[in-house]
Amino acid sequence: MATAETNGKGRLSSALSSRILMRTIKTLFSVLVTMLGLLLVTFVIGRVMPIDPVLSVVGESATRETYDAARAAMGLDKPIVVQFLIYIWDVMHGDFGNSLLTARPVAQDIARVFPATLELATLGTIFGVLLGVPLGVVAAVKRGTWIDQLARVVALVGYSMPIFWLGLMGLLLFYGVLGWVGGPGRVGIFYVDVVPPVTGMILIDSILDQNWTVLKNAISHIILPSSILGYYSLAYISRMTRSFMLEQLSAEYITTARVKGLPERTVIWRHAFRNIKVQLITVIALSYANLLEGSVLTEIIFSWPGIGSYITNALLSADMNAVLGGTVVVGLVFVLLNIFSELLYKFFDPRAAE
Amino acid sequence: MKPFTNLLASVALGLAVGVTGMPAAAETPANMLVIANRIDDITTLDPAESFEFAGADVSRNVYSKLVNFDPLNLDAGYAPDLAASWTVSEDGKTITFTMREGVKFHSGNPVTAKDAEFSLRRAVILNKTPSFILTQFGFTPENVEQTIVAKGNTLTITTDKKYATSFVLNCLTATIGGIVDMKEVMAHEVDGDMGNAWLKTNTAGSGAYKLASWKPNESVTLVANPDFYLGAPAMERVIVRHVQESASQRLLLENGDIDVARNLNPEDVKGITGKPGVAIDSELRGRLMYLSLNQKHPVLSKPEVRTAIKYLIDYKGMQDSFLNGQYTIHENFLPATYLGAIDDQPYSLNVEKAKELLASAGVTNLEITAGVREAQERIEIAQSLQNTFAQAGIKLNLTVGTGKQILSKYRARELEMYIGAWGPDYPDPQTNAGTFAYNPDNSDEAKATGLLAWRNAWDTAGLTKEVEAAVVEGDRDVRKAMYEKIQREFLKSSPFAIMFQKIEQTGRSDKVKNLNLGGAVTAVSYWPVTK
Repeated sequence: MATAETNGKGRLSSALSSRILMRTIKTLFSVLVTMLGLLLVTFVIGRVMPIDPVLSVVGESATRETYDAARAAMGLDKPIVVQFLIYIWDVMHGDFGNSLLTARPVAQDIARVFPATLELATLGTIFGVLLGVPLGVVAAVKRGTWIDQLARVVALVGYSMPIFWLGLMGLLLFYGVLGWVGGPGRVGIFYVDVVPPVTGMILIDSILDQNWTVLKNAISHIILPSSILGYYSLAYISRMTRSFMLEQLSAEYITTARVKGLPERTVIWRHAFRNIKVQLITVIALSYANLLEGSVLTEIIFSWPGIGSYITNALLSADMNAVLGGTVVVGLVFVLLNIFSELLYKFFDPRAAE
Repeated sequence: MKPFTNLLASVALGLAVGVTGMPAAAETPANMLVIANRIDDITTLDPAESFEFAGADVSRNVYSKLVNFDPLNLDAGYAPDLAASWTVSEDGKTITFTMREGVKFHSGNPVTAKDAEFSLRRAVILNKTPSFILTQFGFTPENVEQTIVAKGNTLTITTDKKYATSFVLNCLTATIGGIVDMKEVMAHEVDGDMGNAWLKTNTAGSGAYKLASWKPNESVTLVANPDFYLGAPAMERVIVRHVQESASQRLLLENGDIDVARNLNPEDVKGITGKPGVAIDSELRGRLMYLSLNQKHPVLSKPEVRTAIKYLIDYKGMQDSFLNGQYTIHENFLPATYLGAIDDQPYSLNVEKAKELLASAGVTNLEITAGVREAQERIEIAQSLQNTFAQAGIKLNLTVGTGKQILSKYRARELEMYIGAWGPDYPDPQTNAGTFAYNPDNSDEAKATGLLAWRNAWDTAGLTKEVEAAVVEGDRDVRKAMYEKIQREFLKSSPFAIMFQKIEQTGRSDKVKNLNLGGAVTAVSYWPVTK
């Protein structure tokens, strides 16, 4: 800033940039503290769990020497604080250790399973938003009519039907009987490993490879599980949208707008809807984050090798490296989504940007 | 919830069928075998380390062994594989194998006696979970250079004392007996691990198939080895897909997207039985369900009471109801298909007889507490026992806990009665005889917690000697007769009531022929399969 042009404007922008800098540092700091706390909690839970990770490596019939050797090799003979510090150090270097279950580096495993979940969750959320938001708005506007009742029933069914059952029924009907969609798995058996993995998301990889047959097959496989996940977020998003909208529609400024003779469409979309955007972003981000954790049941029914079943499997076998690695990644996703939705607030609501 | 969901399912299905009619099923290619299975138990593919079912399925098709089971004739027992023949020394301690000529590893390296020496020594030195299968013969990391020796095209192994040849050879058919490609494996050695890290996720064998890929919880893909010494397999590719849910497996099978479904539950088996194009196979597995009585208990140690309890089990009722399709009646400690197994079933539910026996022992108002793990089928068995015991005036209390809780009490000889399961570790009768009917020192101080007889404080009434004799009997047929005799005595006098043996039901397309899943003794074989 030490240029010749040190006028008032320069000072102002310098103040602004230092404020942005401060805010970035603050955000980074809070991310760091959150992540550290998350690591600490999962680490401690992992260590107090009544499952013996050594036993799950060497088996029940191992001799004392084998057991001790394995324990030392896993670093479990060191004090717990040292174990934690070593772990933090490794994580900072992108090393989550090896998974006991898959005999591979956890980072490599996550790179394999997370894109599968990301693909599914993203499509599910798009589905939920595209249908859920309009449904919620319409239900609020036509409050008490048959449309509102229908929306309520749709949401209620979405909430209350066990996903396990819904998934099976979907498979039975659309795959088993009608043959409209592909069965369990990300692609048909013949298309496994056909396109080179770039992003790990088959939809994107097949587009990059311009392999339209694989793309078509992958779509036929993802459409059912993603719409079932989408149905869940639809149920949640449409209910929330409806209640946000109702609150706005009863506000005085809406009455004013209507009295002014504005067309109803403008009143609803320009005035009322604009005001719920910020709240809606939080709801959508949360529901997206929930799907990104991986829906274990959906993954099991559809043989979808995602992060949900990866972490669950690891947990059941006391594969702590994998559990911690998976938790850190999921935690990071939550934090990033939070930051992202905060940025969006500022975009939609100037007051949030101060 | 369950009947309701079933109702909804059938309504949905009925509607859909009514509206559209069934579409023509797709088909898998004629040279490809596609299997749905639960493969999330695979943690390693190294034969020196692998000790899980799905891992054994891969290993059996990738690694040849010195001796092996013929998938089309499992009852014949071990037969030559990479060893063309063998001789046993006078003292019964040394076996010399002559290697088959002209067999090649997948890498193209020839299979030599050196590779066999390396593989067995490696398994002993690495000392992983299944290593006891070899080290029980006295092999140690220190002595393998003298006890496992290759010379020219022969391999000589020397045990610490005389054992039945069939015992040693049966153990060599286990996964740990897989012969690995020494050059290939050592080329991938890291920090003196004898290639263990590499072999966890890669293979270096000479079997019918080689590994194309293993994606954990996703799939295992095998491609045929065209140079397999028994001839190139008909199925050029075998894909095992991880499908957790029975219902999903059933749908895939019905739609023709897979050829074999390995984990169908009884309801789904019932659902597809009789459907055109689908066949169901029942396969015996090694796991046994049994109850045992602690012989420290003053009443339970009376012979009449032991026998009475064996008459108070509704074997058939359980088999035909909640265990249907999962367990079959089996009353002896050697699982059917094991060397020396017999299918005598002297006991069945007979409350009157049990009452007589109890009366003759002067037992009234007996109250027993049994430990049982919180697993559905075991609790159901325990409840059935409560019911039938009550008919003879015995009150059965249950202590339900996690596997660890119950097992630690059982190992400490603290349970009056135990209801649980036992699975054999390797395909030789000794694996079960050596625990059910063998207990050289019945004192508390012996702490032989690995022996089921010790856990129940049973001195085996002389069977220990007979088990010891059977372990060293060189002649396979004589040995077989010895186990039959031991079991008949065991049935009469032991405090164990063996009740059931595990069966597994597999659904397959009826085009798939010669698929042998390995019974209780080994794993699945893909190479004889045709479509």
